[in-house]
Amino acid sequence: MSATISALPASPAKKRAQRRRIVGSGFWYIAVILVSISTVLPLVWTLSTSFKTESEALSGALNLLPRNPTVDNYAALFADGTFARYLVNSFILAIGGTITNVFFGSLAGYALAKLRFPGQGSVFATFLASMMVPAIVTMIPTFLVLRYLPLVGGNDLFGQGGVGMINSYAAVLVPFAAGAFAVFFMKQFFESLPDEIGDAARIDGASEFRIFLSIYFPLSTAGAAVLAVLTFQAGWNSFLWPLIALNNPDMYTVQVGLSAFINEYQTDYGPLMAGTIVSSLPALLVFIVAQKYIVQNFTGSAVK
Amino acid sequence: MTTLTRLNEAVRAPEIAQQPPKWRRFRPDGGAVSATRRQQAVSGWIFLAVPVVLFVLFVLIPVGIAVVVSFTDYSIVGDFEWIGVDNYVRIFQDPIFWIALRNTAYYTALFVPLGAIVALGTALLLNRRSGAVRVFRTLFYIPVISSTVATASIWFWLLNPQYGLFNSILGWFGIDGPAWLYDSQWAMIAIVMMSVWAGFGANMLIFLAALQGVPSELIEAARLDGANSWRVFRYVTMPAIARTMFLVVTLLLIAAFQVFDQAYVLTKGGPGNSTLTLVYYIYDRGFGRLEMGYASALSFILFLIILVFSLVNARITNRRDFS
Repeated sequence: MSATISALPASPAKKRAQRRRIVGSGFWYIAVILVSISTVLPLVWTLSTSFKTESEALSGALNLLPRNPTVDNYAALFADGTFARYLVNSFILAIGGTITNVFFGSLAGYALAKLRFPGQGSVFATFLASMMVPAIVTMIPTFLVLRYLPLVGGNDLFGQGGVGMINSYAAVLVPFAAGAFAVFFMKQFFESLPDEIGDAARIDGASEFRIFLSIYFPLSTAGAAVLAVLTFQAGWNSFLWPLIALNNPDMYTVQVGLSAFINEYQTDYGPLMAGTIVSSLPALLVFIVAQKYIVQNFTGSAVK
Repeated sequence: MTTLTRLNEAVRAPEIAQQPPKWRRFRPDGGAVSATRRQQAVSGWIFLAVPVVLFVLFVLIPVGIAVVVSFTDYSIVGDFEWIGVDNYVRIFQDPIFWIALRNTAYYTALFVPLGAIVALGTALLLNRRSGAVRVFRTLFYIPVISSTVATASIWFWLLNPQYGLFNSILGWFGIDGPAWLYDSQWAMIAIVMMSVWAGFGANMLIFLAALQGVPSELIEAARLDGANSWRVFRYVTMPAIARTMFLVVTLLLIAAFQVFDQAYVLTKGGPGNSTLTLVYYIYDRGFGRLEMGYASALSFILFLIILVFSLVNARITNRRDFS
């Protein structure tokens, strides 16, 4: 370092400051690399275990690279089709929930942001308050509502005789089809768009739905995309409600299936780690694609 | 789930301050006003219909049912009776409830400070101008993306007493690691470590945003006055991000009292009830033993505890915006 600046008569104070900056920067790299190891190494180790043979998984537990890499664990995972079934269930529920939340969230968010009508303030305040109710409080009665829904799933007019929506995709899709979070998120986004474009169309006699669908909704794709990613991840990763509402093994989501695996494969870590990798992959891929927007959204909303 | 709740808070903050004035828009001619108003009212309610109906069916009615059920001995099968406040009286005499409350409080007491410190520490690390920051920010955030079940599964393997990475590394230093999830003294601590690992990334981003909002002139002025890094942090940075700190801490408290997934997946509340949390106990009573009346009463007690933190949190988010 001193070689490059030797031509100039650097003051000792300057030199000291520079040395301190280099040392500081070295410490910084050591610190961030250590944190990165602690966040990434467990995942790498999981990935590595998933490619190990049954004996190496334990005897060579610390090998970061498998000695005889094998895809047997993945083959075993998909052998009887149950895990594939869990994946399909999770995809249907996560994608279905994403579509309904983006659509109804946009529509309702638009109404709260861009239309003026009596009662909207109280709807907004009620939704706001509802976010304070912890999920566990409504969980038992929501189960009861779904189970005793009249004329659904073998139920008669009084909700007796069948199981209602329990054990069907609807049990997860319907209660969370248009969450308060989606409405708020889209409301905030629509508020950033100008009123004038809608007013112009209104004077031309366009219907409100028309104005929403052909003017504002196309302008909201950036916000809708972030909401879609967040809703997909939340849906893909959700656990407690699918555990309660879907207790037929054919209907298990990948998370519920994986949790059953942990008990089933107590010491058979290969297939368990393969299942962990497969179940994490979709949410991880979505994150990698949408990373930039998510981080921006996070930082944007926190500093306001 | 946790990411969403955090975002919930972040998103709803500005809303409170931004209630738009009603009827503020200029109307081109008087005759059209009432027609437009009527049209907007009809459309508005149609647009809100689905979320409102779902809210009534799956929030409002359930809360009402929960209140009623909590005063009965309802259990899905068989008849049930109105038993008044018996369920609530029973809670206070239920030793397992107190164990679950104590375990949850223990989890909270460890998880909240650790979660906040790790999140703030990593945010401070990343709060500098460097191209490398973006890469490390992504690497730090990676655990947040995995589901709690996948995280639990990974940690189940990490914490294996014999072959796991944890005890192997401890072994290099000659330390004989504990049995972690199989040891009633260590199981909860293991779950805390796992939760901190899994969740700090989201709060780190919130802190990072707050740190970037601290005026750099202030920091430079303090430096010029001869303040060292600690004093700059203590007297400039900390006061500037105090509100964010309160926000994060209340969010962590609310999440901590609802801990369930990890305890269910890894330990089923054991060993010896050492990881039995409140939500796990409610789940077990309600869906394991179908004592839905008692479980509903338990959930209201938890609701009251969480409500305190929610209200504090809402006050802080409010104030943050009016300032």
